Amino acid sequence: MTYLKRSPWIIHYDASSCNGCDIEVLACLTPMYDVERFGIVNTGNPKHADIFVVTGSINEQNREVVKNIYEQMPDPKVVVAVGICAASGGVFRECYNVTGGIDKIIPVDVYVPGCAARPESIIDGIVKSLSILEEKRTKMNTPAAKKDALGGGIQ
Amino acid sequence: MMSPVYGLIYILLAPIAGGLVAGIDRKITARMQGRVGPPLLQPFYDVGKLFEKENLVVTRSQDLYALCYLVFMLVAGALFFAGGDLLLVIFAFTLSHIFLVLGAYASSSPYSFIGAERELIQIIAYEPMIILSAVGMYMVTASFFVSDIVVSSIPIVLYLPGVFIGFLMVLTIKLRKSPFDLSTSHHAHQEIVKGVTTEFTGPNLGKIEIAHWYEYVFLLGFIFLFFAFSIPIALLAIAVAYLLEILIDNTFSRVKWQFTLRSAWIIAGMLGLINLAVLYYLSGGLQA
Ligand code: SF4
Repeated sequence: MTYLKRSPWIIHYDASSCNGCDIEVLACLTPMYDVERFGIVNTGNPKHADIFVVTGSINEQNREVVKNIYEQMPDPKVVVAVGICAASGGVFRECYNVTGGIDKIIPVDVYVPGCAARPESIIDGIVKSLSILEEKRTKMNTPAAKKDALGGGIQ
Repeated sequence: MMSPVYGLIYILLAPIAGGLVAGIDRKITARMQGRVGPPLLQPFYDVGKLFEKENLVVTRSQDLYALCYLVFMLVAGALFFAGGDLLLVIFAFTLSHIFLVLGAYASSSPYSFIGAERELIQIIAYEPMIILSAVGMYMVTASFFVSDIVVSSIPIVLYLPGVFIGFLMVLTIKLRKSPFDLSTSHHAHQEIVKGVTTEFTGPNLGKIEIAHWYEYVFLLGFIFLFFAFSIPIALLAIAVAYLLEILIDNTFSRVKWQFTLRSAWIIAGMLGLINLAVLYYLSGGLQA
């Protein structure tokens, strides 16, 4: 029996999103979609979160921030990139300061397509990420991984 | 006349009852906001998950403080349900919160600092009223022991209406409900992230959550004392008081700490003190 899948807490970070995707992420919390049905809570605190939901692309301003938030999250954790910007840079990819998608900086587990991504597909993406989260937890508890954690620790 | 059996029952069953109360709370809150809401057992899933996560700490002392918070909350509640001395119960209860504050201070994070400071202010705000409640019960029943208070046939709430209203007010602070959810809040992440609990992760946060469940049951037990003359009325009073807290939570916005402190002391304190003074006068001084 695992509880991880029943209680995913997310942290939402707006990288250089145009705000379109953010509105859709927030729409998931409204009575219309009500993600708390699945136990999903928007914590706003990386240390409590299991899922890192990022909208928008990486640029010079936010690359450190994204890395920082990711490193502050306790294992197991997954990253969901919401919107085309977060996947590849989208319409902004040619901009002088844009590096590209989120996966340029941190490993991304689920890409949610769309510009802007629809609330239904965001919820779908988060639900998909739950099985990856579960996989990571099982891997975390293998003896080899435990030894690794003792030796390496978190940076 | 203390009975350790009840204390033991509390230690074993209070997390279940407290978790259910939290689940019902979230469900009713969701319904009030026009949402479906999480499953009833969601708080148990949450805590189960927290124990599956990695324990990230800033300093190892956080582990100790989180554990002490839980242990002293347990001690306070167990003493209470075993029929112990109310003053001792309140002492252990306060001590447990001090450990939570220390845990927040141990991690040098601005958000948990703000949370810790606000938690201290909350303790200052509710402490006088809780002690006044204990004193009031002593004046009515001539005993500080829960085991004596609970068997007395006097309808305590009729003698202490002001104290009871004051207690309901600090209950809002204690249950971390709006408008007094200053130190940590499910709704305040724009300003203080998670306040006191910001730097607690995984299992440590799970322990704090379980301590909250113990706290819920203890506080609802305190309401029981006011109505101890009749068990059905007492249970009804507990249910009504809790529903009222949920309603207040969903209708008021958060206030500043100054207002919290002032209102808790002035309104609750004055009601409580006047109540006790009148009681003292009518009874012609303490007979005991
Ligand atoms: S994917 Fe579209 S809606 Fe989303 S942040 Fe990029 S440009 Fe805006």
